[in-house]
Order: sequence, then structure tokens, then C-alpha cells
Amino acid sequence: MDLVTIIQILDSTLRAATPLLLACLAGLFSERAGIFDIGLEGKMLAAAFMGAAMAYVSGNAWIGLLCGIGASLLLSGVHGLASITFRGNQLISGVAINFLAAGLTVVMAQSWFGQGGRTPQLVEGARFEPVTLPFAEALSGVPVLGPIYADLISGHTILVYIAFACVPLTWWVLYRTRFGLRLRAVGENPAAVDTAGISVVGLRFAAVGICGVLCGIAGVYLATALQAGFVKDMSAGRGFIALAALIFAKWRPWYAMIACLLFGFLQAIPLRPDLLEKFVGMRINGQLLEALPYILTVVILAGFVGKAIPPRAGGEPYVKER
Amino acid sequence: MDAMPKWAEVTLVPLISLLLAAILSAIVIFAIGENPWEALKLMVDGALGSTYGWGYTLYYATNFIFTGLAVAIAFHARMFNIGGEGQAALGGLGVALVCLYIPWPHWSLALLGASVGAALFGAAWALIPAFLQAKRGSHIVITTIMFNFIAASLLNYLLIGALKPRGSMEPATGKFPEATHLPSFQDMFSTADTALFRGAPANVSFFVAVAACFLVWLFIWRTRLGYELRAFGHSETAAKYAGISPTKIIMVSMLISGALAGMMAINNVQGEAERLVLNAVEGAGFIGIAVALMGRSHPLGVFIAAILFGFLYQGGAELALWTSIPRELIVVIQALVILFTGALDHMVRSPLEKLFLALRRKPQAEA
Repeated sequence: MDLVTIIQILDSTLRAATPLLLACLAGLFSERAGIFDIGLEGKMLAAAFMGAAMAYVSGNAWIGLLCGIGASLLLSGVHGLASITFRGNQLISGVAINFLAAGLTVVMAQSWFGQGGRTPQLVEGARFEPVTLPFAEALSGVPVLGPIYADLISGHTILVYIAFACVPLTWWVLYRTRFGLRLRAVGENPAAVDTAGISVVGLRFAAVGICGVLCGIAGVYLATALQAGFVKDMSAGRGFIALAALIFAKWRPWYAMIACLLFGFLQAIPLRPDLLEKFVGMRINGQLLEALPYILTVVILAGFVGKAIPPRAGGEPYVKER
Repeated sequence: MDAMPKWAEVTLVPLISLLLAAILSAIVIFAIGENPWEALKLMVDGALGSTYGWGYTLYYATNFIFTGLAVAIAFHARMFNIGGEGQAALGGLGVALVCLYIPWPHWSLALLGASVGAALFGAAWALIPAFLQAKRGSHIVITTIMFNFIAASLLNYLLIGALKPRGSMEPATGKFPEATHLPSFQDMFSTADTALFRGAPANVSFFVAVAACFLVWLFIWRTRLGYELRAFGHSETAAKYAGISPTKIIMVSMLISGALAGMMAINNVQGEAERLVLNAVEGAGFIGIAVALMGRSHPLGVFIAAILFGFLYQGGAELALWTSIPRELIVVIQALVILFTGALDHMVRSPLEKLFLALRRKPQAEA
């Protein structure tokens, strides 16, 4: 395998990993605060639709991004209302949000654009275009490092860079700020946080809100950068793969990035079956690759590769004693 | 003492939740420029106005009874089986293998064999998540979600590979032999001069579903194991103290749950399609969640909720046919029902509880 093909595969790995990473970090914030969120998928889907629809109407990708985040935040609000305010079952709320998004996006897309539940193709300006990093042209002549910089690192949309910048940012917020300490505490022992005079409800809503923003970016990335427009069910299980990556990473940001890159790689290689066959020496079944992230997660959950322990208060509504 | 009388608990709470879901759905229909009242009339007419409509409504309801019972029985042990979709898909595989490779002399024996196959395969698909939950504490929700995806990949693999008949381009098995054909409602109820349920897919497995409702009721409320299961669901620590093994209860509840979800395949695979196609379950596994929540996990409630969702499904198909309202509206209604009956239960319940408390206080004050 030569450098060019390696770079090609890693390049598609980065593209595939970006929405996973954003959704995974979104889930990380929510679950670290003790709110389970299996509605990542639905929030991404809602953001993808609203992002594409508004980008099409306004012709501006940034307006699409804002509206996509807005749609995702709205669903986050529903999740917060159900699981924090009314102390309902967080898992059931997540299931409801997934279906709400799956249904409403198609109903609205059909009603607004009448193209069978899709938005029209986005043209230039309404999509996020690849950004060429400085000196990419000049350095591309340098052996090995030049092509890596010019073709692999440079030439992605701004959202990809945002996603990867979110990793250190998340780490810093969680482990180096007062807010992060409280956020982690509220996921482990909300009663202690409450005793310290800090609002459990406020912190959890903040976490769910951050989750909404990140899911929003992930969804908009799908519709305006990875593809040019919204199609029905375009999130295609990515929210659940992100959830799998989150467990794989044991709720830690840097490991989340590694897990998402791994799962992104698993999504990228079926695009090049010829290479895979040459490399492994036999035909690998596409369906097996498709199922691999899920199988890996089950193996991790089974505790064969170190135990994945979720935040202790996860899934439990907080009831102040009266 | 409970804040609410029993009848209010079982009727008012689900009905108000349903009403809220209906109002929001009506707003959605209104917002996309259709008349909600006309839409409702069209749905009632399309789903219940003819034996043909009823045939479809009951066909869908049969699927939802099985998946609804599956979710409900797991709920009693406080397990959330979100894997009905995958278990029903595997049940389909069981039915296909039984029907294709065993020469059945008569449909009744084939139905029996297919039921066993479906239940075994469905239960097998719930086995690993159940075991991991019981022994390793892996969260059942996450593992069953993962198993849904793994099931989809597995069926995809089998249907474009080993199970596809030679020379066929379509990812599906061959047609089942004629002897495995289940009598449809048309075969059973039509007389020589009037054809009833013409062309509708409702079939004899509807009665199997009704029997399953009764058996589940018998199991949960009339057997020792069922009692243990409910005790475990109410309080794990108390159940443990009473000598009930958590491992046993988790395994039993999930295996029965998986078996019931798998049984759905006798209706959609053997009864309707008469071959196994890709994505045969079509989300019925997830609708089971809405059905179980709406039916308060009681078999009778599940039965009624399943008929309601059957009506919504068939009515929704009619809407998509005659108006500009897409079929996905049903998914929205389903989501709203799950939201209000499941997640926002407290929001619906607490004003009602206050109301009943206030009503009760008044006569006591007068006396």
C-alpha cells in the first residue's frame, strides 16, 4: 500500500469520525452529569434536517448551522423537561425523541419541499466548503509530511476542525474548571452537590444543553458538509455508534476521540473493498464490518477488556428529600 | 393509600396521555395544511369502515400484541427490552428455516413448528444481553440496542448469501411451500356468496396472539414464577431477601420477552409475506414499547393498545394514499404516545393525583 492510498483512507476516516466524535462528546457531557441520553440519534437527525432546510432557504451554511443547533436544543429541552423536571424515565424519553425526530423531519420536509421527505440539493454557499490550511500548497512538495499535511490534515470543512478542537476543550472543561468538577460530581453523587448549595437541576440542564449544541453541530455536518442536503433517516445509526464509542472510551474525552477514529475507520474501509482484500489476503464480509462497532461494544460491556463503569447516578432522577 | 382510585389509574392516565398526543398530532396535521378532522374521518373510514380495513388493522395489531407483550413482561421485572426489533427479526429467521427445510403435512403443524422456531430464535437473541445483565451488570438497554444492529447485519448477510435462492436478485428467501400457508381471515370467514376481508393479511395467528395475552396474564398473576418476577420488579433488594434469585428472574423475563417478540414472525413472515424479506419487522419491535407503556404492561391493556396502534398504522397508510400527509406522521404519533405515557408520566399524573386528593378531602370535611 502506498502513501497516497493510506492518506485517502485516513482522510475518509476523519470525515466519518467527525459526526461520531461530536455526538460522542455530546453524550459524554450529558452522561457525566447523570442524564442518560439514547436520543443522540434523534437530535442529530433533527439538526441535519433543520440545518439543511435553513441553509437551502437562506443560502448560507452558517444560518443552517445555527438553526440546526436550535432544533437539537429544542429536543434537548424536551429530554431535560421529561428527565430532570418531571423525573421521568430517561431511556424512554430518549426513545421518544428518536422517533419524534424520525417522524417530524420527514413530515416537515414533505410539507415544505414536497420532494418525498428530502430537502433540495444544497448548492455552493449553502454548504460548508473545505478549508485549505495555510502553506498547504507550499509544503505539499516535502516528502511524506508534505502530503500528510496538505491532503490529510488540510482540506476539511471547518466543522471537522471544530469537532477535533472540542476534544481538548472538553477535557479542559471537565477536569480543569469548577463547572466541570461540579458536572462530574452531579453524575456521581447529586446529593453531595445539592448539600454544597449548588443547583442539581441547573447543572443537569446545562449539561443537556451542551449535549444539544454538540449534537446539533454533528447533524448539520451530516447534511451540509458530508452530504449536500437532508435525506430520510440520514443519521443511519450514528447516534448509537457514538453511544457505543462513549462506552468504549469509558466516558473519557481523549479515549472518546480514539474510539471514534476507530469506528470511523471501520466505516471508511468498506468503501475500498479492493484494498481490504489485498491487505488481509481474503474477502472480508461487508456486513461483518458493519456490525463490528456493535460487537466490540458488547464485548467491552461484557467486561472482557476492562470494566466499563458508567457514572454512578446515571439514569436516576434526583429527588430532594422532603 | 394510593392517591388515585384504581380505575382512574388504569383508564384516565393513559386516556389523557393519548388525548395530549392526539392534540399535538392534530396541530402537526394543521400546520402542514391539512384538516385534522377530515384526516381522522379518513383514518377511521380506512381502518375500520370495511372488513378489508379491519383485516389490515388486525394484522398490524397482531404484530404489536406480540412485541407489546414482550416489552410488558420485561417491564414487570423492571427490565427495558428495547431489542424487540432484533428479536423479531431473528424470529423471522427461525420461521423461515422451519418452513423452508421441514416438509409439513398441514398448516396447523407448520404453525406449531414455526411458533417454536420463532420463539427459540427470538429468545436466543435475548439470551446474551440477559446473561450479560445478570452476570456482568452490563446495561440491558445498551446491549439490546447493539443486538438490534447486529441482527440487521446478520439478516442482511444471510439474505444476500446463504438463504437467497439461486438465480434470484432480490435479498429474500424463496417462497415457503404451499402446506405452510396459514388460513387468512378471508379463508376463514368468507361464505360462498359474500367475500369478507378480501385480500387483507390478517390470519389465524391473530388468535395465537390473543391466546398469548391470556397466557401472559396467567403467568404473571397466577404462577409462583410470575409473582417472583413482579416482586423483583418492585424491589430488587426485598426480592433478594425473600430468596428470589436475580439471575433467574432476569434470565426468565428476558427469555420470555425475546420469545414473544420472536413469535411476531408467525404473523408477518409466515402469515403475510410467506417468505423472509429484508427488514421484515418494519419497526414493530419499537412500537411494542409504545403499546406496553400505553397498556400499562397489562395483557388486556396491551391488547387494546395494540388494536389502537393497528388502527393508527392502517389509518396512516390510508392518509398517505389519499392526502399529502406522509406515513411518517404515525411515527410522530407513536413518539408522542411514548413521550406522554412513558417519560412525561409524572406531568400527566400529578395534577390528577392532586385532583383526586382534593375530591376526597371534601366529603370528609363535611362529615
